[in-house]
Amino acid sequence: MKWLERNWDQVLLGLGEHLLISATALAIAFALSLAIGIWAARDRRVLAAALAISGFLYTIPTLALLALLIPFVGLGKTNAIITMVAFSLLILIRNVATGIREVPAEVVDAARGMGMSAGQILARIELPLAAPVIVAGLRIAAVTVISVTVVAAYVNSGGLGTLILAGIQTDHAPKIWVGALTACALAVTVDLSLARTESWLKRRSAA
Amino acid sequence: MAMLQQAWLYILNNPLQFAKAAGVHVSLSVCALSIAAALAIPAAVWLTRRGGAVALAGINAANIGRTLPSLAVLALVMPVLGTGFAPSLFALTLLALPPILINAYTGLREVDVDVIDSARGMGMTMGEILRKIELPIALPVIFAGLRTAAVQVVSGAVLAAFIGGGGLGDYITAGIAMMSMHLLLVGAVPVTLLSIGADALFAALQKRLTPKGLQAT
Repeated sequence: MKWLERNWDQVLLGLGEHLLISATALAIAFALSLAIGIWAARDRRVLAAALAISGFLYTIPTLALLALLIPFVGLGKTNAIITMVAFSLLILIRNVATGIREVPAEVVDAARGMGMSAGQILARIELPLAAPVIVAGLRIAAVTVISVTVVAAYVNSGGLGTLILAGIQTDHAPKIWVGALTACALAVTVDLSLARTESWLKRRSAA
Repeated sequence: MAMLQQAWLYILNNPLQFAKAAGVHVSLSVCALSIAAALAIPAAVWLTRRGGAVALAGINAANIGRTLPSLAVLALVMPVLGTGFAPSLFALTLLALPPILINAYTGLREVDVDVIDSARGMGMTMGEILRKIELPIALPVIFAGLRTAAVQVVSGAVLAAFIGGGGLGDYITAGIAMMSMHLLLVGAVPVTLLSIGADALFAALQKRLTPKGLQAT
């Protein structure tokens, strides 16, 4: 633990970078998935196509996708973010579309009867009611993105993976321990806090 | 395209080396998945029998295990067990356990209590109920877990290259280190095909093994 005392700034920097890159990728993936998911909720063929393509992307091994992108975008953060977005699309699109489709038709009909426009129905009825399912998707996607960010350190995108890989290369156990355990703690913390948000949203929409 | 051709040529020129790497990759994945299934499915049966706080603790632990980054788990094994095939196998088995355990447990719990009651009324023993009723009904959900785990293990086995586990990941890391695009493809393309193949295989098995009476028409 002496290593940690002397190098806590390195760990903090890694953690900060990790959070920043994961959050950026998640935000991009969420914006894309929200648009595609809303579209897919209205059209079965779009849904089938979106799930087939994002399902294919999801199956590609992380390091393979990072590697396959090198000829096109080189090393670095862009590569890492594209990979992370590719991995989150399946879960996010599926949950956005499922969440919206599960809104009872009577509720949508009633809103229409009250004179709401399609946009108002989406913003005030469908998305709020779909929120618990969408957040459940965000939870899995967030954990996935944090995990991919660890590997992405290999293509020079920074984050906690840098410590882990440096530790492996120099056979320096403290670096591995600190890097890997911090990454695990980060994943578990994000998972648990989004789980809490999910159950809070569920209780709110049940009330 | 030229790069793909070069990668293909590389494989043709080094068939033994490539076959060895692919062999290590497949055996790492198959062994990890088999060991994990052999441990997690009986554990799930035991947890459903046991119930209560123990089952809750087991499932919570699996849920936490599921969120841990693959590379972090592989890396943590290294200071303890060292590098090579065995430590990689150990780490990959750990990674495969949670999805199999969670799905097997959920699948078994979802079996209708009335069905089990009527089997008991017909004079079936606990063992018979498990083999003839519960496991067949839970099979689709169990296979969904195996499918998730299989894809995760094939993908994780790529990362085993970092701790000297061998496999196709070696080509990717060597390709990145030397910035040699075709060498990187020698690893990345086959491993992608392997992962998609594993996914398709388990999807097909899941479909075939679902009892006729339970198949959605």
